[in-house]
Amino acid sequence: MADTITVSVSRYRPEQESEPTFQDYDVPFRDDWAVLDAINHIKDNIDGSLSHRWSCRMGVCGSCGMMVNGEPTLTCAAFLSQYAPGPIRIEPLRYFPVIRDLVVDITSFMTKLKKVKPWIIRKEEKALSEGEYRQSPDELDAYKKYSMCINCLLCYSACPVIGLEPNFIGPASIALAQRYNLDSRDEGALERLSILSQDDGMWQCTFVGECSEVCPKDVDPAGAIQRYKLTGAANWFETILPWSSK
Amino acid sequence: MLKKMTPLLWFLFSAGGTVAALLFPLHVLVTGLLIPLGWIDVPGYDSMVSLVSHPLARAYLFVLISLPLFHGAHRFRYTLYDGLKLKHLHVPIVLICYGSALTGTAAAAFFLWNFS
Amino acid sequence: MTTESGYTLYHPKWYRHPVSVWWWLSSWGYMKFVLRELTSVPVAIFSLLTLWQVRSLANGSEAYARFETWMSSPLAVVLNVLIFVAVLFHTQTWFLAAPKAMEVRLSGKRVPDILIIVSNYIGWGVVSAVVAWFWLGR
Repeated sequence: MADTITVSVSRYRPEQESEPTFQDYDVPFRDDWAVLDAINHIKDNIDGSLSHRWSCRMGVCGSCGMMVNGEPTLTCAAFLSQYAPGPIRIEPLRYFPVIRDLVVDITSFMTKLKKVKPWIIRKEEKALSEGEYRQSPDELDAYKKYSMCINCLLCYSACPVIGLEPNFIGPASIALAQRYNLDSRDEGALERLSILSQDDGMWQCTFVGECSEVCPKDVDPAGAIQRYKLTGAANWFETILPWSSK
Repeated sequence: MLKKMTPLLWFLFSAGGTVAALLFPLHVLVTGLLIPLGWIDVPGYDSMVSLVSHPLARAYLFVLISLPLFHGAHRFRYTLYDGLKLKHLHVPIVLICYGSALTGTAAAAFFLWNFS
Repeated sequence: MTTESGYTLYHPKWYRHPVSVWWWLSSWGYMKFVLRELTSVPVAIFSLLTLWQVRSLANGSEAYARFETWMSSPLAVVLNVLIFVAVLFHTQTWFLAAPKAMEVRLSGKRVPDILIIVSNYIGWGVVSAVVAWFWLGR
């Protein structure tokens, strides 16, 4: 087994270049090292000028997402041994503007997420004296999958529609909208439906399905969007039927 | 106006896709391969006509022809938008795709309604 | 701050990779998607062939004979083989994708995906058998 593995990292220093370039580094090849460990090794020991984001290093914070050999990956969850003998190509998350090296700007996602109102919407809050909102295990099960999202944005990098139509609200935002729509405590489903029925909403999705393939938390945003389309279509039929109340 | 119809167009796409998924394999196999290659007995013209004349058969054929046309039109429209980045040509694309589907549906209705 | 979700303010030095029209060649997942979407063309073609078949039936035995003759030509057979492969691919990918639109629950528990897919194929078999019997049997 080799001692080292070559890691080819996309570098972008706006003050000195107008386009990203690749820089190769040789890092120790250790069985238990994740790609993130290799990147941290480069920054700590070889080239301190490398910029990247990371935090928990255990797959729950969603900070360390990057393109590894062309696939959106959480670098803390991908091991060097998976890519042996290398070289491993590391680039910043696709379809987002690159600020520097491996750091991208995710403001567009933050704006889109706020648009879908990812919080419990109620016409009237219960008074504290009335006690808590009770929820059965089945009611929890209805939305639990979609609540596992860590906002890592791998799904956005996997979705070609995001690349082609940057205004598309995107997989994670719609999955999170569904997380609240399907929550028994929430009363905002119609409000979110009207927001997500607009031009940049769910109808832009063509069910490529890559978002669910890359999701590290099995949120299945593609499934959430398809269910939402069915809800949207059913709602559309209801609004045009002559005997509907809407 | 088309934007208001997006849910309906998606629904037609879904219905057409389901019809195509369930019924086209059999129809392509029989009409496209088994009969022309003589691997099964060819139903004669008269027996085909009497089969198709039945109102249920005509309704079945109408659904078999029209829904997959809408399925194909909708899917092809988005393939042109995304696959060839032609979204800026959305006006002619929409007219040609759904226009063809509507024409085919109208033709099917005409031939099947008057069938005897 | 209310900004259009695609527009980033005051940062001309952020690098934005252009998305090439050949984006779908860059990964096998994308290629499978485009091939799946392109099955829409053979499906539409076969709808039109069926329409022609109905018209031929309506126009008399000679018209129908001309239809059958064309369908036996080598060009038509090759076309139909391609359509058949495309339609099978459509059916397989449709049964994987379409059930995602509905979460099926039996007495509170989610039905596993594989059961949904298998029951789709069983339904496909039953429907095909029934239609075949009406059409070719008796």
